[in-house]
Amino acid sequence: MSTAPVVPAPTSKKASVLDIFVTFLIIGATSFGGGVVAYLRSALVTKKQWLDDSNFLELMSISNTLPGLNATNMSILAGNRLRGWSGALVAMLGMCLPGFAFMTAAGVLYGARGDNPLITAALKGVAAAAVGLIAATWYQLGRKSVRDAFDAFVILIAVLAIVEFKLSVPIVLLGVGAIGIFHHRPGAAKTHTIGEGKWISSLQ
Amino acid sequence: MDQLPAVARVFAYLSLLTIGGGMAAFPEMKNLVVDVHHWMTFPQLIHLYSVGQLAPGPNMMMVAALGERISGLPGAFIAAAAFFIPTGILTFVVGKVWDKLKNWPWRTSIQLGLAPVAVGLAVAGTISLGKGAIQDWITAGLALIVFFATLKTKINPALLILGGAVVGAIALRV
Repeated sequence: MSTAPVVPAPTSKKASVLDIFVTFLIIGATSFGGGVVAYLRSALVTKKQWLDDSNFLELMSISNTLPGLNATNMSILAGNRLRGWSGALVAMLGMCLPGFAFMTAAGVLYGARGDNPLITAALKGVAAAAVGLIAATWYQLGRKSVRDAFDAFVILIAVLAIVEFKLSVPIVLLGVGAIGIFHHRPGAAKTHTIGEGKWISSLQ
Repeated sequence: MDQLPAVARVFAYLSLLTIGGGMAAFPEMKNLVVDVHHWMTFPQLIHLYSVGQLAPGPNMMMVAALGERISGLPGAFIAAAAFFIPTGILTFVVGKVWDKLKNWPWRTSIQLGLAPVAVGLAVAGTISLGKGAIQDWITAGLALIVFFATLKTKINPALLILGGAVVGAIALRV
């Protein structure tokens, strides 16, 4: 009986720098309404097949642990996998350019017309809607991420520290973060698996 | 123009706070942009932040609009570069050494430990934004409608934001 040849795990297909740039530019221009990660997965894993799902999840877990937005962190990590630093650079640029042009134009328009009563009224509506949208996003994610009383306690402490006690974000991040990390220190009772920690993945 | 070094400092610093998403940095952004540097009023910051929800790509690209308001086109470039490049380099470097970190036991601890903190920071950011944006029954109602529409339907969030603009233009004129 002949043994099957050892097939190496599928590696990322070769992609040209231009191809990477154009792909990320399209994602950067079309991913409206948040959830860039879903667009990234559809383009990189499903359409281009540059990465498989396990590569994608691995990059996602790096992205989540670091500061920076998932949209740009994922562009850099995927671009680097595909083509090294030049891939990372053009992926990040492609992802950012459309939004940059949009928001710079928005800034100019706001400066020119922002005090128009009709525009001001519309922006008040936009702001109220944005609060509802952001609250809903975090309600969904928060529900998934509260795995035990300790997690709920950490969330409550972080909110109170900032909203009631006016502590600055870095102090809360370092202080409460240290408590959280110590609670989950290596060797502490393992009650969760890392897979459940993927809740942030739907954020940008 | 003389604001550019301060713009670079402020936005580079804010970018380091975006654990789990941009909302975590909002209270500190309000503090620095409005209270410390007086670059704009709180309502102006809220307007630009909210318009940022309509932009394609990374949802914190609104920093370009803030930079533009502070120092024109150079301000937009500096704010975006300061916000996206330092964390970008960090991500690139960590991506390179990832194979070594993969089995580092503290990596899981950091991931699990920071997850609820990130939720807390984002909730605090949302409360801070809400305090400025919810001013009366109409804005409160609008926020509630969008909240439930997002949870209960599959509607594109950008459409909800545009709907907010239409309702605002009709109902919120002073």
